[in-house]
Amino acid sequence: MMPKKIKTKPYTATRNACKMCTPLGAALVFHGIEGTIPLLHGSQGCSTYMRRYLISHFREPVDIASSNFSEDTAIFGGGDNLRLAIENVARQYTPEMIGIATTCLSETIGDDVPMILDGMDKKVDPTILVHVSTPSYTGTHVDGFHGAVHAVVERCNPVTEKTTDALKTRKKINVFPGMLSNEDIRHLKEIFTDFSDVRTPIDTQSPDAIKNGIDSYAMGNNTEFTILPDYSERLEGPSWEDYQAIQKGGTPVREIKAMNRATASMEFGSILASTVDQGEKSAGSLLKERFDIPLASLGIPVGVKATDLFFERLEELTATPIPEKYKKQRGRLIDAYVDGNKYVSRQRAVVYGEEDFVVAIAGFLAEVGIIPVLCASGGKSGFLQKALEEILPKNILEQVTVHPGMDFTRMEQTAGALEPDFVIGNSKGYTLSRHLNIPLVRVGFPIHDRIGGPRILHIGYKGAQELFDTIVNTLLQRRQDTSKTGYAYM
Amino acid sequence: MSDTIKDTKTIKPGGVDTLDPEKIKKELLSRYPAKVARKRSNQIMVNKKDDTGKTPVMGANVRTVPGIITQRGCSYAGCKGVILGPTRDIVNITHGPIGCGFYSWLTRRNQTRTASDADDNYMPYCFSTDMQDEDIVFGGEKKLKAAVQEAYDIFKPKAISIFSTCPVGLIGDDVHAVASEMKEKLGINVFGFSCEGYKGVSQSAGHHIANNGIFKNVVGKDDSIKEADYKINLLGEYNIGGDGFEIDRILDDCGISVVSTYSGNSTYDQFANSHTADLNTVMCHRSINYVADMMEIKYGIPWIKINFIGGNSTAKSLRKIAEYFGEEALIQRVEAVIEAEMPEVERVRLAVKKRCEGKVAMIFVGGSRAHHYQDLFNEIGMRTISAGYEFAHRDDYEGRRVIPDIKIDADSRNIEELKIEKDDDKYRARKTDAEIAALKAKGFEFKDYKGMSIDMENDALLIDDISQYETEQLLKLYKPDLYCAGIKEKYAIQKSGIPMKQLHSYDSGGPYAGFKGAVNFYKEIDRLVNSKVWDYLEAPWQTNPELSAKYGWE
Ligand code: SF4
Ligand code: SF4
Repeated sequence: MMPKKIKTKPYTATRNACKMCTPLGAALVFHGIEGTIPLLHGSQGCSTYMRRYLISHFREPVDIASSNFSEDTAIFGGGDNLRLAIENVARQYTPEMIGIATTCLSETIGDDVPMILDGMDKKVDPTILVHVSTPSYTGTHVDGFHGAVHAVVERCNPVTEKTTDALKTRKKINVFPGMLSNEDIRHLKEIFTDFSDVRTPIDTQSPDAIKNGIDSYAMGNNTEFTILPDYSERLEGPSWEDYQAIQKGGTPVREIKAMNRATASMEFGSILASTVDQGEKSAGSLLKERFDIPLASLGIPVGVKATDLFFERLEELTATPIPEKYKKQRGRLIDAYVDGNKYVSRQRAVVYGEEDFVVAIAGFLAEVGIIPVLCASGGKSGFLQKALEEILPKNILEQVTVHPGMDFTRMEQTAGALEPDFVIGNSKGYTLSRHLNIPLVRVGFPIHDRIGGPRILHIGYKGAQELFDTIVNTLLQRRQDTSKTGYAYM
Repeated sequence: MSDTIKDTKTIKPGGVDTLDPEKIKKELLSRYPAKVARKRSNQIMVNKKDDTGKTPVMGANVRTVPGIITQRGCSYAGCKGVILGPTRDIVNITHGPIGCGFYSWLTRRNQTRTASDADDNYMPYCFSTDMQDEDIVFGGEKKLKAAVQEAYDIFKPKAISIFSTCPVGLIGDDVHAVASEMKEKLGINVFGFSCEGYKGVSQSAGHHIANNGIFKNVVGKDDSIKEADYKINLLGEYNIGGDGFEIDRILDDCGISVVSTYSGNSTYDQFANSHTADLNTVMCHRSINYVADMMEIKYGIPWIKINFIGGNSTAKSLRKIAEYFGEEALIQRVEAVIEAEMPEVERVRLAVKKRCEGKVAMIFVGGSRAHHYQDLFNEIGMRTISAGYEFAHRDDYEGRRVIPDIKIDADSRNIEELKIEKDDDKYRARKTDAEIAALKAKGFEFKDYKGMSIDMENDALLIDDISQYETEQLLKLYKPDLYCAGIKEKYAIQKSGIPMKQLHSYDSGGPYAGFKGAVNFYKEIDRLVNSKVWDYLEAPWQTNPELSAKYGWE
């Protein structure tokens, strides 16, 4: 049976949106590149709003410049403003890169940004200028995010860089994880580091070992990897010993420039993969097209099944067996699933957020026996349904209502009848949970009503472990708080 | 690194007087391209007060240079977020793509309190037409009409307002035409604001657009006269962190009744009835002085500047209101309230002062708080050595006497100035000319504001529209004991090891207005500047380098 489709009357206004606007995602990506300043081409209000929003989640400095339109600029075009802004940013910050994203305003007036930028490169050399088109009247912050990653990779890897296979002597993987938390990015780095440092047991008597010397084997396979973007340091750094014009951290530009020499790319997001199949571009697909770099597209590795897939691909790509450490993490996780099953089984959840994230969380919930009765997103890529069909087992899918393009007000109207036990998503769902009188488990972005949003781990066996524990404990606390008797034994 | 920075590297907090502010100004400007530096130099001034009370001319309310990371918002933010945001029973619809509406959804901490649960409160809702590609191409008026209709069908509100974002202005949607059409159709008040973000240079333009709209479309709609002895409006008080509640409490104790607050904890009906008050008291001069002027011309309500930030300032403001009404009963009641409230304020103030005396603060916020909060710091012995506004105009620095000299540039010209005339039916002189003259003779000041600069030390550094870059330079050069600004600057300041207090949203604290607010603030500042957290910033191996190099037994 197909999942139920809810019939609501046609609506016009969006009330309490479950999405943010496109340039926000782009600005976040630029914060994940070393020495980069984002610059929004439009009126200053957009930059200020987005800074404010990102800051309230990360609790870190977030600098976004603006080309600062006036009424005249809005009428006559923003070329002069953009050029002056670039020059000004270059002088103040001497950045390695300026990431230029358009706003609705410059998109509406139709500024030809590549033309405006013509010649500017030389003027601010060695600062690299990257431009991504991000009108908010198409798409959401997630589109801005992927768009910016693509634009940066494209700009840094021109076709002329065609490398011969001979240069690809080492295994080298590009990783495009999408919009994950700082902790997720750190965990990814840990995993990749562990995979590149594995010391495979060697047979010292093997002909190879005798021929090549033991040492070269004992060093492990030494796969290199580049994660783009990586804002885990810049948007969660320590106090400054010295003043920092641009906070430290981020994917180094030189590594992005070397992406065309990789032996594989890995890209998270099943919705993203579907849009690529339809002809949209992503960073991974670009590298595949331009440089024949094989692309592994996976869902975001949340939960055991998705993480298993991720590790399988890693084993293949690095020709290295999964390190013992992760096997143990997996073992503990399954053990916890068993122990906690009685608390979560057949519980009902409302899941919302950006589409790929919803798919990943729904997949995880289903595998622990929770029914994601409502899967909603402000995004409307057109692939949410299909992605959920692929990830959810049939018996669960039958009980799921899928709703792309949904806002919180309609979510509330829909959710009540589905009798959920809890909601899971970002801080914006607090009102929903309050009105439904059920707990909210905070994941994703933005989380501004709790501390530590950027430190929430979602991915890998460890992430699943943390999510599982949090959910079980939330449900237990609820039972305990509302139970009149026996509240000491749960 | 320039010499100035070298000179100041070793500055200890409090040692700021050895710094030459002119040199610092140069340092701040040194990285800008020449043209930009010239522009900025008009907005960074070393304070000098002459005998006549003149202070330096500030290049305020001018457009931020592209590429400078400003803390300013847009006129939409000022209109929808600041002014109309705190009014709970008007449904606000943002006409535009999703971001503008989303980012202004419950992001300010203006509080509201309904009389009962049955009362309308739409503040938790964020309506947006969420414009899509086709709306940009073919126009969004149809969608907007449908959105207004929908909001009406769901809530049946008294009023609906529409806010234009940047793209709307460009594609030429006529929100005012839609508003009048829907007003006609629905029989409720519907009005639109042309507050596109590119209008004006900051949120200040939006305040103006919003206030004009309220004045035109709402004020004067309800003439019923409220039974009360002393009726005032409180203008420019937005009830951040419950400030307005504390002020209301005190005024209530004094027997003074507030007809309408603009716009903290406000309702549509209060605005509609506000022309019946007998005095307008202005807190934030920047965001609303023109409304006070317009109400005086049209309805005959005089206005005075007051300030409820600071224990003494609160007492002074109450006395001023009592003096205006001039009745002995009120004067005595106000004195009684002050006498009852001040001992606790004094007790905490003196205790905190011991620990804060001599420390220095910097304040960069808003259009009035950079000035008002200096009173609180003064009360605990702290000096404000550098300050500036984010979106104020020249008169907020230099006083109202410069208003005739202010040049109107292209950015100000596109903000509508209403032509206001006396309303023959509703105009009522609140005082006779003789009474006004008598008050003035006693030194009572009507419609005056002398600005911030005159209250600051000579050599204090005044910086208008300070950028993120300049903020960070300033911290490095001065190392103040405390820096007050907003959330956008907050984390860079704290990472530099300097305590930081948000004076836009109060860091989820407050109230800081009135007597209880003063006590809260003294304690908060004490906690911040004397906190032990900062001691942990340096790890042992940083303060004690030999630790890392040697072991104890070596
Ligand atoms: S105009 Fe567009 S880019 Fe700017 S805040 Fe609004 S939706 Fe976002
Ligand atoms: S598009 Fe205009 S109205 Fe919207 S946030 Fe940006 S500057 Fe403000």
